Amino acid sequence: MAVVVYLESQEGQIKKAGLEVASYARAIADAQGLNVVGVGFNLENPEQLNSFGVDKLYLINTQGDQFFDITRYGESIAEIVTKENAKLCVVSSSANGRYLGPILAAKINAAYLSNVVSLPSQYEPLQVKRSCFTNKAFNITQSHKEITVLSLSSNSFGLKEKPGTTEVIEGSYSSATTSLKVTTVDKTSDKVTIADADIVVSGGRGLKGPEHWHLIEDLADVLGAATACSKPVSDMGWRPHSEHVGQTGKPVASNLYIAIGVSGAIQHLAGINSSKVKVVINSDPEAPFFKAADYGIVGDAFEVVPKLTEKLKARKV
Amino acid sequence: MNVLVCISNVPDTTSKINFKEENTSFETQGVQFIINPNDEFGLTRAVWLQQKEAAKVTVITVGDASCEPILRKCLAIGADQAVRIDLQPQDGFEVAAQLTAFCQTNAYDLIITGRESIDYNGGMVGGMLATNLNMPYLANCIQLEIEGVDLQLQREIDGGKESLQANLPIVIGAQKGLVEEKDLIIPNMRGIMQARQKSLEVIAPIETEAATTVEVFEKPPEKGPVKLVDANDIDGLIDLLEKEAKVL
Ligand SMILES: Cc1cc2nc3c(=O)[nH]c(=O)nc-3n(C[C@H](O)[C@H](O)[C@H](O)COP(=O)(O)OP(=O)(O)OC[C@H]3O[C@@H](n4cnc5c(N)ncnc54)[C@H](O)[C@@H]3O)c2cc1C
Ligand SMILES: Nc1ncnc2c1ncn2[C@@H]1O[C@H](COP(=O)(O)O)[C@@H](O)[C@H]1O
Repeated sequence: MAVVVYLESQEGQIKKAGLEVASYARAIADAQGLNVVGVGFNLENPEQLNSFGVDKLYLINTQGDQFFDITRYGESIAEIVTKENAKLCVVSSSANGRYLGPILAAKINAAYLSNVVSLPSQYEPLQVKRSCFTNKAFNITQSHKEITVLSLSSNSFGLKEKPGTTEVIEGSYSSATTSLKVTTVDKTSDKVTIADADIVVSGGRGLKGPEHWHLIEDLADVLGAATACSKPVSDMGWRPHSEHVGQTGKPVASNLYIAIGVSGAIQHLAGINSSKVKVVINSDPEAPFFKAADYGIVGDAFEVVPKLTEKLKARKV
Repeated sequence: MNVLVCISNVPDTTSKINFKEENTSFETQGVQFIINPNDEFGLTRAVWLQQKEAAKVTVITVGDASCEPILRKCLAIGADQAVRIDLQPQDGFEVAAQLTAFCQTNAYDLIITGRESIDYNGGMVGGMLATNLNMPYLANCIQLEIEGVDLQLQREIDGGKESLQANLPIVIGAQKGLVEEKDLIIPNMRGIMQARQKSLEVIAPIETEAATTVEVFEKPPEKGPVKLVDANDIDGLIDLLEKEAKVL
């Protein structure tokens, strides 16, 4: 028996989130005496998986189909889960992982659990901890199905290397079709995305206008961080929707979250709470964010942020 | 054109989250319930289709009688009729099973769910429902244009967006961007009065079982106080982040 993982990739390279689910699955497999079976599409460096304890890889070539095709990907993975007689399948919590999870679960009549934050606390029957109420709480949920699909919250397990040998076999790309077809993909930039980032730098209404966003971008640049914003900032069109984080925006689970000119409303905090270390820079010492943060500076963003960026730059060289 | 909008009843975003019965269930006392924000974006988009496509908009929820105020609100916003499947569901799998059975006897051209409900954050009902019905599903939908049976769609992806084509029927997962915040319809007096005349049908559930059950809830651990660094001591902050927090 096996634990099946979907190894998400971009331009042939396995994403960090993909390696994290492999690490997570390896830990389960070790505890349960199982094999880890990966499914990857168009991977260029499958050797990399030797270091992450993947026993077998189904490498699927999509024959020039360059976009994420939910129907064909979902069906291809479902076939492998069935063939390997897997009881567990793990996907990441990226946009594609969360898209795939429930569809895959419905195809194979499995239970589905999203936002999983730790290893199962029990296997028979399966129980895992997941976050709920947009990070305001957690729950332990039990699966009642033979097969369970888990979507692992990013950065909750981390990368754990485990040397081994990955047997690579060719997987078949399902020919299932629906009317839904991707025509184009627009990446807003080549920068790190909020979902992948170790560090996120976020700006709020305290920055006073889109013309000041270079403060956020410059700081993010030196840190190799993704940029984010509060809801009013994206509502006013200062920044794209895709940067809106919080209860009604994107969730953030980075290692470091730096909030600049963000007041720390409950809906904002809900979405970013699972970040490990939170830093706030705000001119108002009474801003609610100070109660949620680990480190803070009471000060004017227009003075503090450029200094911080300069100092970080100086340290780098 | 028949449009179904699936509505989840969730605690207001400012609610304090507490649990009762030894942390096995959510304390609803004193909590105000609202239309799940993602579903409200979807409902607004559906109401626009009434004019443009002469669409008939039905809202549906799987829940007990306590969900009726939000269904009335949906009617006041502009839905033509409401349906409540009388069951307190255990998980998204069960909701999807109930909705699947309903849609097998009532055909819809467009089914709108929300990206996720903000209470249990499953993000699953739409994808499962679509798969059960053998229809395509588009998650994180930020654009939907209809020309006959042809659709132009967009999905928000990590760090950008994807454009897609599809035909009806389809299931989508709505979110902000599908319509803008400022476009959300606030019910007026006329809408509220009309809503009273509209049909809110209660139907019996079919026999279903949940795939998962919550055993116990936990609150996040209390956090220590913030460490404040003087605005002139930027090096001090960098030092803390590097040596103490080890995040640089
Ligand atoms: C249903 C619902 C859902 C919501 N969902 C979300 C969500 O998902 N995400 C979200 O972010 N919000 C959400 N909100 C909105 C939320 O309630 C707040 O209104 C919002 O987060 C405030 O954004 P802000 O902190 O950027 O602005 P403000 O609250 O205006 O705060 C600006 C801050 O900047 C500080 N400041 C001003 N000048 C400076 C300066 N020169 N230097 C440093 N600091 C300065 C101020 O002291 C203040 O604290 C939601 C609201 C509702 C009702
Ligand atoms: N009890 C319910 N009744 C009707 N629709 C629901 C219910 N729960 C969830 N949904 C729909 O499914 C979407 C995703 O919910 P979830 O999978 O719970 O995150 C919601 O935005 C609703 O559109």
